[in-house]
Amino acid sequence: MSEKGTLATLLRIFPYAKSALPRIALGMVAAIAAHLFALSIPQFLRDLVNSLKDNGTAETLVPAVLMVLLLGLLEGVSVLLRRWLVLTPGTFVEAGLRAKIYAKLQDLPVSFHDKWPSGQLLSRATGDLSLIRRWLSFGLVLFVANGLTIIVGLGILFTFHWILGLIFFVCSVPIWIKGFQFERNYHSVARLSQDQAGDLATSVEESVHGIRVLKAFGRGDHIAGKFAAEADTLRGTEIKKAGLIAGIWIYLILAPEFAVGLSLLAGVWLVSTEQLTVGGLVAFLATTTALRWPTESIGFLLSMTLDAKTAIQRFFEVLDTPVDIADPENPKTITEPHGRLEFKDVHFRYSDAPADQPDLLNGVDLVLEPGESVALIGITGCGKTSLTALTTRLYDVTGGQVLLDGVDVRDLSREELRTHISMAFEDATLFSASVRDNVLLGRPDASEADLKQALEIAQAHFVYDLPEGLNTKIGEEGMSLSGGQRQRLALARAVAARPAILVLDDPLSALDVDTEALVEEALRSVLTTTTALIVAHRPSTVQLADRVALMQDGRITAVGKHSELLATNDHYRYVISSLDAAGEMIS
Amino acid sequence: MTMQGTSGEDRIELNKDESRVVKLRARKLLFSLIRPIRRRLIVSFTLVILSQAFRVVGPALIAYGIDTALPQAIRSELTPLYLVVGGYLFAALATTSLIYSFLKFSARTNQNVMFDLRQRLFVHSQRLSLEFHETYTSGRVIARQTSDLDAIKELLDTGGNEMIAGIFFMTFTGAALLALDPGSFGILLFSFIPLWFLTRWFQKNTKLRYRQTRVASARLIVKFVETMTGIRAVKAFRKEKDNESEYAGYTEDYRSVNAKVIQIFGIYDPGLTMIGTVTVAFILLFGGFRVIDGSLGIGILTAAILYARRFFDPMEGLAMFYNAYQSASSALEKISGVLEEEESVPEPEHPTKLSNATGHLSFDDVEFHYSNGKTVLPGFNLDIPAGQTIALVGTTGAGKSTLAKLVSRLYDPSAGRLTLDGIDLRNLSNLQLRRAIVMVTQEAYLFSGSVAENIALGKPDATMDEIEAAAKAVGVHEFILSMPDGYNTDVNKRGGRVSAGQRQLISFARAFIADPAVLILDEATASLDIPSERLVQQGLKTLLKGRTSIIIAHRLSTVSIADRVLVMEHGQIIEDDAPAALIAGTGKFARMHAAWRASLV
Ligand SMILES: Nc1ncnc2c1ncn2[C@@H]1O[C@H](COP(=O)(O)OP(=O)(O)OP(=O)(O)O)[C@@H](O)[C@H]1O
Ligand SMILES: Nc1ncnc2c1ncn2[C@@H]1O[C@H](COP(=O)(O)OP(=O)(O)OP(=O)(O)O)[C@@H](O)[C@H]1O
Ligand SMILES: [Mg+2]
Ligand SMILES: [Mg+2]
Repeated sequence: MSEKGTLATLLRIFPYAKSALPRIALGMVAAIAAHLFALSIPQFLRDLVNSLKDNGTAETLVPAVLMVLLLGLLEGVSVLLRRWLVLTPGTFVEAGLRAKIYAKLQDLPVSFHDKWPSGQLLSRATGDLSLIRRWLSFGLVLFVANGLTIIVGLGILFTFHWILGLIFFVCSVPIWIKGFQFERNYHSVARLSQDQAGDLATSVEESVHGIRVLKAFGRGDHIAGKFAAEADTLRGTEIKKAGLIAGIWIYLILAPEFAVGLSLLAGVWLVSTEQLTVGGLVAFLATTTALRWPTESIGFLLSMTLDAKTAIQRFFEVLDTPVDIADPENPKTITEPHGRLEFKDVHFRYSDAPADQPDLLNGVDLVLEPGESVALIGITGCGKTSLTALTTRLYDVTGGQVLLDGVDVRDLSREELRTHISMAFEDATLFSASVRDNVLLGRPDASEADLKQALEIAQAHFVYDLPEGLNTKIGEEGMSLSGGQRQRLALARAVAARPAILVLDDPLSALDVDTEALVEEALRSVLTTTTALIVAHRPSTVQLADRVALMQDGRITAVGKHSELLATNDHYRYVISSLDAAGEMIS
Repeated sequence: MTMQGTSGEDRIELNKDESRVVKLRARKLLFSLIRPIRRRLIVSFTLVILSQAFRVVGPALIAYGIDTALPQAIRSELTPLYLVVGGYLFAALATTSLIYSFLKFSARTNQNVMFDLRQRLFVHSQRLSLEFHETYTSGRVIARQTSDLDAIKELLDTGGNEMIAGIFFMTFTGAALLALDPGSFGILLFSFIPLWFLTRWFQKNTKLRYRQTRVASARLIVKFVETMTGIRAVKAFRKEKDNESEYAGYTEDYRSVNAKVIQIFGIYDPGLTMIGTVTVAFILLFGGFRVIDGSLGIGILTAAILYARRFFDPMEGLAMFYNAYQSASSALEKISGVLEEEESVPEPEHPTKLSNATGHLSFDDVEFHYSNGKTVLPGFNLDIPAGQTIALVGTTGAGKSTLAKLVSRLYDPSAGRLTLDGIDLRNLSNLQLRRAIVMVTQEAYLFSGSVAENIALGKPDATMDEIEAAAKAVGVHEFILSMPDGYNTDVNKRGGRVSAGQRQLISFARAFIADPAVLILDEATASLDIPSERLVQQGLKTLLKGRTSIIIAHRLSTVSIADRVLVMEHGQIIEDDAPAALIAGTGKFARMHAAWRASLV
């Protein structure tokens, strides 16, 4: 991504903050008003002091004090108004952005999720967004208001006496120079720190998801050491960041103080030569006090703005990613799916495959007639799972077509396509919800009878023995179930969706021989009417299918009945058989 | 209901006792974080005190300038003026350089605290048992370690400096005012009454809400993490819309409570400023009268006004600190809850030494149930002599993995004991236990990072040669070389870059390289094709020599390399004998084996 300037980057967020902009603008007005009230107080102070000096009376004192009080209260009310105006809309913008990035992430294809570390996504949806909100409703408003105030204030200082004004102006020059340097240096460190925070979140997430492995190998300390190293890097970055902020702070504090010191010198001289009244000098000094906070605030407002800039950048890195696998503009529909699935000269390669390697799927041709079930056989890593992913467009073909009832799957909306085709993955991917919700994931409106039937087919009777039966929450990723139980729930889930086509990736691998036989028996009733593509490694699973397709070197090299292939195809025998010609185990 | 550890974490309203317990725990944690940095804090304080002291000198010098130096300057006596201005500039320089050092110094201190807390939380969650993680969910652990830590970072980043500087600034300003003009100081003191009321109001109205934000934000994260982890299923089963509306609900919960908090602060903060304004007006009025009757110099009044105004300057910062503090202490409540959780599988304090484990395992009246209470393994005895290869088979859900998890001490038996070479597993140090016993879990989990790193997890100091040897032994070396960067190829999160079978092979290589006395393989070949499985079995024959091993498999081909077969059903071992004897018999295993054998071609 090309580096955009700070302003251009910041501006990108505005379309998303449209609804809040009027109130933000009003908030700026309120902020400016507050500052102006604050700045005008010294004007009255001047008259007050002058009148006191010339033997003033209570009659002059009281109204002037009241004026000062009134202005002070107005300042307070303006601040109140500013906050009331900008804060709530800011939270709406944040919520809107959060919904947006979540929706976008769900929309982005699996290939995106494979590549992006999970913590980087999470940190974008949490920390970054709150940075953006704070900037919009606080940083931006004050940055503009305080900047203007400083300029106006500088102008007012000139009205006391041009020499005094000039002193302040000259003293502020280093601030501007430093400010520009800061902008350049800080940005890269801010980015680094946000990225490193994301990396840390990734490590945390993996350390929890992989906790079983870490414990089984006793690698808790090892991973903690790695984590510590990462946390230490972040610590270094944060310290560097703080150093940069401190670096600009000194100028922001020192410059005005120096100016005050010098103008005290000049002021006293001016008063002694009667070019300025004592009241004028007091008011001048009071004005500089009123300008102190806006000036000092520029430091953190600048860093906040730059933090927001990187946050916005990071946000748009996700939002700008094109959704490669999107719905067509005019999706076709299949009103009555028959369930004919055809792979027509399908080519597929992962984007990171070396150029000299042939396509992973290198011209797959295969037809599944309606109601037919086909077993897909091939050695580990030959591309079976990748082929199944093409059917529901978890990935898109890089050449050729996948057709459902003659319609290219890319011409259907994803929603519809995934209603017609339902999958059971090699790993169960369950959610920490009730058994019921998990099984009915693909068809939430299914009846109780359908649910029971699906569980019956998958031989998942064990669910009735769970503490709360179908309403038992099954724990994160179903980890409170046994491997075979998880797999059967995933199978039940696919079946319960009542699709025209079932795609089952090695669906019985975690089942014992007896249960496997039972599931197969029950599944057969479904498979008579439903088209099915079943990835299999074992002859027992192959029994489920009407025909077998053999995958080799990215192609379907043979299709036929199990017995035929066994008799005629060497590679098929190599993949599937454990017995030698004499019927003995090959070892 | 108790608030022990993480229980009751989502509750907002707590009764007095609970609230006290939780607060105490949070405060304890805070103190324990501060203890190691107390020396640094003293330095910080010194820097701040000095810097603020210099800062406060300013208005006094101005007062002196106007009241003394000015009249003298009019009489062309310029020395006092030069002194005043010189003093002012010096004070300014001193202030800034002190503040600069303070900022740099305290940034390091703050980051050390963050580092310390991050580390503690990470190490502790790693130490907590599976039982905890199963119910607590990863999303919450992540929330605790991200958004809650952010709340604390916020406190340290802005709040810490502001508060220390602010309090000292106010103290010094107050003192200076007292010295300069006690009358004005009296008025200043009066302002504390409304300040106190306003602060009470703020406190009352935010207390529960901060707790709510923590809970709401954790919920957001949990949902987010679960969606992204299960993205394939989300897509395949068209869950996007439902998820979006559910997530929108959580977002709105978080937004509304957050908005409420911000709004309350939005009243509190200007409220403070206004109290300041009124105070200044009174000082002005009172001082003005005294100037009129000649009892007060105009310069003093100017300084008093400047002081009084400045006195309230840090109020905003203090309010922000208080705000951040409230938010951080809610976060600390949650974090301290996690830290309070005890390991249900603790490491012994005085471990028994085990030199060169032979691998003799023995179950003595072991009984086990998961935390939901149902007994999974009713009491049983089992002795596995050193060096024996066991095939553990049985119906799904029978309890095979559970038994394996007991051996690798992911859980402790609910009753009875499990010994390795006669030593209760509970008496072994983690280091020795893990060196002696290693399990390849049913779920082949790979971490993002290179293939080499993933294999080396079994032996962190492994050389590249050893890693390659392990990969070769399980037959995955060629495949690894075919990947774009060979052994350095990133396997992506959860090993998404490689196929299921390849994932199993890599996990297998990981166990291979660990070289333990007891090896447990839980369905380690379930996703492999037959040729690869055969290859692995060949490798196993050499690997298992001289080791105790428990091999769980539904594909009974493993039986051929086993010395002994255990058949499990409903948590009980119903058959236990040499494979040949069992196959020849008429029991369950004989039937299973026959059925399996018949399925082969
Ligand atoms: N996301 C990915 N990016 C790049 N390469 C990948 C990705 N996923 C898989 N591969 C590679 O593509 C090949 C095919 O993988 P796939 O998962 O389709 O195999 P499979 O036939 O299902 O194997 P298995 O029987 O082990 O499940 C493998 O060599 C794998 O390493
Ligand atoms: N973490 C857990 N919390 C609660 N119950 C659990 C947990 N893990 C497993 N169970 C239950 O304990 C029983 C035994 O599970 P276990 O995983 O040991 O079975 P298994 O024999 O390995 O089965 P499989 O062959 O399917 O892997 C099952 O009924 C399961 O639901
Ligand atoms: Mg696969
Ligand atoms: Mg198991």
